[in-house]
Amino acid sequence: MSLWQKHQIFEKNSLILVIGVLIVISIGGLVEVLPLFYLKSTIEKVEGMRPYTPLELAGRNIYVREGCYNCHSQMIRSLRDEVERYGHYSLAAESMYDKPFQWGSKRNGPDLARVGAKYSDDWHKQHLDNPRQMVPGSIMPGYPWLAKTELDTREVAASMKVLAFEGVPYSPEMIENAEKDLVAQASVDSADADAMTKRYPKSQARKFSGLEGPVNEADALIAYLQMLGTLVDFKLYDGKANLR
Amino acid sequence: MTPAHQEDIDAHTGTATTGHEWDGIRELNTPLPKWWLYILYGTIVWAIGYIVVYPAIPLVSSFTPGLSGWSSRAAVTQDLADLTQQRAPMVDALAKASLQEIGKDDRLRGFALAQGRAAFGDNCAPCHGAGGGGAVSFPNLNDDDWLWGGKVDDIHQTIAYGVRSAHEKTRSSAMPAFGQTGILKPAEVDQVADHVRSLSGLPTDKTYDKAAGAKIFEENCSACHGAGGKGNLEFGAPDLTDQIWLFGSSKASIAEGVHRGRGSMMPAWSGRLDDTTIKALAVYVHALGGGK
Repeated sequence: MSLWQKHQIFEKNSLILVIGVLIVISIGGLVEVLPLFYLKSTIEKVEGMRPYTPLELAGRNIYVREGCYNCHSQMIRSLRDEVERYGHYSLAAESMYDKPFQWGSKRNGPDLARVGAKYSDDWHKQHLDNPRQMVPGSIMPGYPWLAKTELDTREVAASMKVLAFEGVPYSPEMIENAEKDLVAQASVDSADADAMTKRYPKSQARKFSGLEGPVNEADALIAYLQMLGTLVDFKLYDGKANLR
Repeated sequence: MTPAHQEDIDAHTGTATTGHEWDGIRELNTPLPKWWLYILYGTIVWAIGYIVVYPAIPLVSSFTPGLSGWSSRAAVTQDLADLTQQRAPMVDALAKASLQEIGKDDRLRGFALAQGRAAFGDNCAPCHGAGGGGAVSFPNLNDDDWLWGGKVDDIHQTIAYGVRSAHEKTRSSAMPAFGQTGILKPAEVDQVADHVRSLSGLPTDKTYDKAAGAKIFEENCSACHGAGGKGNLEFGAPDLTDQIWLFGSSKASIAEGVHRGRGSMMPAWSGRLDDTTIKALAVYVHALGGGK
């Protein structure tokens, strides 16, 4: 029987052809993607990762809403020049609570994986209002409405519930206190700040936009930007031990 | 191919057909070009070699590492080590030398300036401008007006630990919110704003009462800004008698500062940048034009 005749069964029966195509394509996923979830070498051990605080999570939702990932990556590749510019290459563990992750695939603007604490809150506020004011050659659009828009805090607890369902370790206590923690983090010297910091270590509380009044969207987005890449202390990270 | 196909030659082209026929139409079976076919076979052979040499096949808890043992993380670690080694003679010299010694040694100074310029472009320029020209609330680094001191050691300390940053050694001070906290009434804020403008020869409003303004300044402001408003490097209190204004010289802006307080933040770079880079940055900023 020739090769051609063996192949006839696919060419003459569309359903068998579809099944054949599915099997061939799924091999790509099974061989290239699936092993990344269980191979020891792709899962590093790091210390310091915690779920986002409600305010940071709200900021992250704004980041996704405004499509920031279209121009900014959050993925420092393991290349010499990237490590020289942005710092230690990104680890898979650093995105463990990112659902969906914000690695991006395009860099019209700089990588943001470690932008946290690099600039002042005031810089972020002015830069979001009008990027050209801070960086004359910038092509980033301005987002002046963020600082003028009161943050809708009603959905944050629901967001956390969904993430908890997906495996992010949000405790019932965290979800219950979501709105209280959110307001505490966006305030100066709030009475609830200690309880918030206890639930979310290394979180910082202040009025991020510097504006008086209720929590606005710029507060949330700046809180998120200011914590990016700040959780893992790379002085304590053993890169050699994770070369497996 | 069955021999039957080869027998079925298309009369017009002289090429074999595939042998089957639909509604009287037959399909030519033109052979693939030889060059194309050999490239295809070549890539298959290459892929086999690749699988043998490089990490390739996933197994139960690990993968086939390949004969070369290559990994992207080991490669970047090696690249960075090479870079460190390549720079080592100059970087080590820079690390050992004091800031004053760097200033006196042309070779070291040249290296520090080059390294400083590169680091400035990525880390400092977003706030202070590509040329160090500054912006509203971000100080100009080209002039000789300094909030926390313009000697190279002062600049080094500011870069390493920041101003009102999260670092424990940060430089820190607070301009009180005189209006918000009720220390000064709105009318007094108005008077003292005019007085501050008068210190540098800017025009004042008709409502300005010189004696009253001076008294408010004396009681509330002079402790940090000095009796004559010349400022104090110890508290990062700006000189109010010159023409350089971080937040603008309009009366509204000065009054806002008195009412709400001011306190912009500069991050600490120690930890994020290595020590020699911070040294190089201090030398670079000092050389921008305003270093003392």
